[in-house]
Amino acid sequence: MAIKKFAVAAYDDEEVLFPAVHKVRHSGYKLHDIYTPFPVHGLDVAMGLKETDLHIAGFIYGLCGTSTAVGFISWIYTSDWAINYGGKPHFALPAWIPVTFELTVLFAAVGMVLTFCYLNQIMPGVKKHVFHPRQSDDLFVIALELNDHVSETEAIAFLKSTGAKETSVQVAEASWWYGRWDKAEEYEALNA
Amino acid sequence: MHIKYESFVREPLVDGDKDYHQVSEDIVSPIEGKPGRMWYVGFFFSIALLLFGIFSVSWSVYWGLGTWGVNRTIGWGWDITNFVWWVGIGHAGTLISAILLLFRQGWRTGVNRAAEAMTIFAVMCAGQFPIWHMGRVWDAFWVLPLPNSRGPLWPNFDSPLLWDVFAISTYFTVSLLFWYSGLVPDFALIRDRAKTKFRKMAYGLASFGWTGTAKNWQRQEALALVLAGLSTPLVLSVHTIVSFDFATSVIPGWHTTIFPPYFVAGAVFSGFAMVNTLLVITRKILHLEEYITIGHLEAMNKVIVLTGSIVGIAYLTELFISWYSQSWGEMAAFQWRIMGPYWWSYWAMMTCNVVSPQLFWVKKLRRNIPFTFIMSIVVNIGMWFERFVIIVTSTYRDWVPGSWAYYSPQWPEVGFYLGTFGLFFTCYFLFAKYFPVIAVSEIKFVLKTSGDNYKRKMAALEEATAEEFIHTAHAGHEEEHAVVHH
Repeated sequence: MAIKKFAVAAYDDEEVLFPAVHKVRHSGYKLHDIYTPFPVHGLDVAMGLKETDLHIAGFIYGLCGTSTAVGFISWIYTSDWAINYGGKPHFALPAWIPVTFELTVLFAAVGMVLTFCYLNQIMPGVKKHVFHPRQSDDLFVIALELNDHVSETEAIAFLKSTGAKETSVQVAEASWWYGRWDKAEEYEALNA
Repeated sequence: MHIKYESFVREPLVDGDKDYHQVSEDIVSPIEGKPGRMWYVGFFFSIALLLFGIFSVSWSVYWGLGTWGVNRTIGWGWDITNFVWWVGIGHAGTLISAILLLFRQGWRTGVNRAAEAMTIFAVMCAGQFPIWHMGRVWDAFWVLPLPNSRGPLWPNFDSPLLWDVFAISTYFTVSLLFWYSGLVPDFALIRDRAKTKFRKMAYGLASFGWTGTAKNWQRQEALALVLAGLSTPLVLSVHTIVSFDFATSVIPGWHTTIFPPYFVAGAVFSGFAMVNTLLVITRKILHLEEYITIGHLEAMNKVIVLTGSIVGIAYLTELFISWYSQSWGEMAAFQWRIMGPYWWSYWAMMTCNVVSPQLFWVKKLRRNIPFTFIMSIVVNIGMWFERFVIIVTSTYRDWVPGSWAYYSPQWPEVGFYLGTFGLFFTCYFLFAKYFPVIAVSEIKFVLKTSGDNYKRKMAALEEATAEEFIHTAHAGHEEEHAVVHH
């Protein structure tokens, strides 16, 4: 939780955005983040982000589901309450495949979605600063983090030189907080 | 020049001159405006049906299942027919969102949101039938793996009826998660556009605080891909398990190994028909003809003719095997199906499911909207009769001739069925009003490749010589390469 100052640039085309990202990475400015209205393929590579490990988490959750199902049912049928169903074996593994499969999928899906929410820090009631109201519509927004040693005007001039359609300097919370989206925060008055 | 080239042989997925902002406008503005008169009429009619359904179910619970037409010979009747019918309809949503994602079928982007919504609502309707069929519905929690009040006695994990509990509830949960994880970014769009206080607050909550950073999107795509990979075997497993309810028994007409694939094909068949029924109307009322194009409807009609033919082959295979088995019970069961007192249901099924979809081999008919709409309803009537044929005409003449019976539904059963239509359409009307019925971010993602106006810009390339084409494509590629990997 920290209130910081940002130089913000909005671009209206991916074809302008990609060279701009390239220039930002080589400029020495601290890139806070890039906001896009839809997944732009190659942007993560251009920014130097690592591939996500979410699918590995999903695999582990799936294994938990498998072992929960097999462990639970075999415990019930062989030790807790071993019922004789028409002389069939107590340890009837083939008959447990459907339930085991369903629990594998259920654990993997629920676990992955929860991990997804945790990593992205999203939840009902969570609020984050929106740098540009059209960043979810048709603009691609780059936010650079500024500090006392960086000149605002130079940063804005640099962003303009990369083809930005709109630029601004904003003071905002860099992380997330609990809040209602229809209520303006105090620091938003600083930007006005 | 940066090119995203797709051949002209492929129809554009988005018609008209669209840019990113126009896409948001077209899809979100119906949510921001007041609904039309048609919406209110439809919504209140659905509510009325739902209330009648609640009344019928309350009546059945209060007086007991004796108010239904089911008897000792035909114990499942309309109730389980409707259960299987609704579950089957639910399959199209996951097929479109998951299997077509894995197969990289671009046209799924226009229809996946509505189809997934339909899946969720259909599964909600389906779930009602086994629950209220229990009669003593207050004991419904006994299906859960909890040690019950009579000591540590557990449900029977070897029973297909319990597998159903796990399959349907997992299917519902995973479909819901898949659907909602795609909705979050679109809710963020509505939130950021919102002018009124309440809308800002409500969609702010619904959007979970999504802002769409590069990392968010990277994870979102990874999640969608893995959920698609999980949902694909899941959707196959669900109707397979539903078919096990029948196939693992020893009733002639049920005891066949063909059931799982045959049920899955039938489910996809009826589900696509229901998607067509809904989308033909939705695209018209919400003016989304440029996003859900005739090309989309045609693609679904192609799936209908394919799966309809698979179902047809399955019917004929059943007949052949019953003769080939030379088993008296099998042969009699099928003879009575075709020529017994329920002959009309068998022939309704055959006509609606096998004969009429064959008309879709004609391209003109596949692209004819009124015809598509009529066929989508015919197919769903046919698929309802398929389940009725399987459930009623396999049991009405059982092993002891003295217990042969005939079954007609009583009004609470009909009311229950109508009530699920009420539930389904109430949910669908709310969805169409308050949710983006098309995945906005996914449309934007394909816009520059498959949008009509962007494809037109590539027209010059279509006529270019091979050398010019390679040169342009190569130049575009070089630039992208330089940017990405420098």
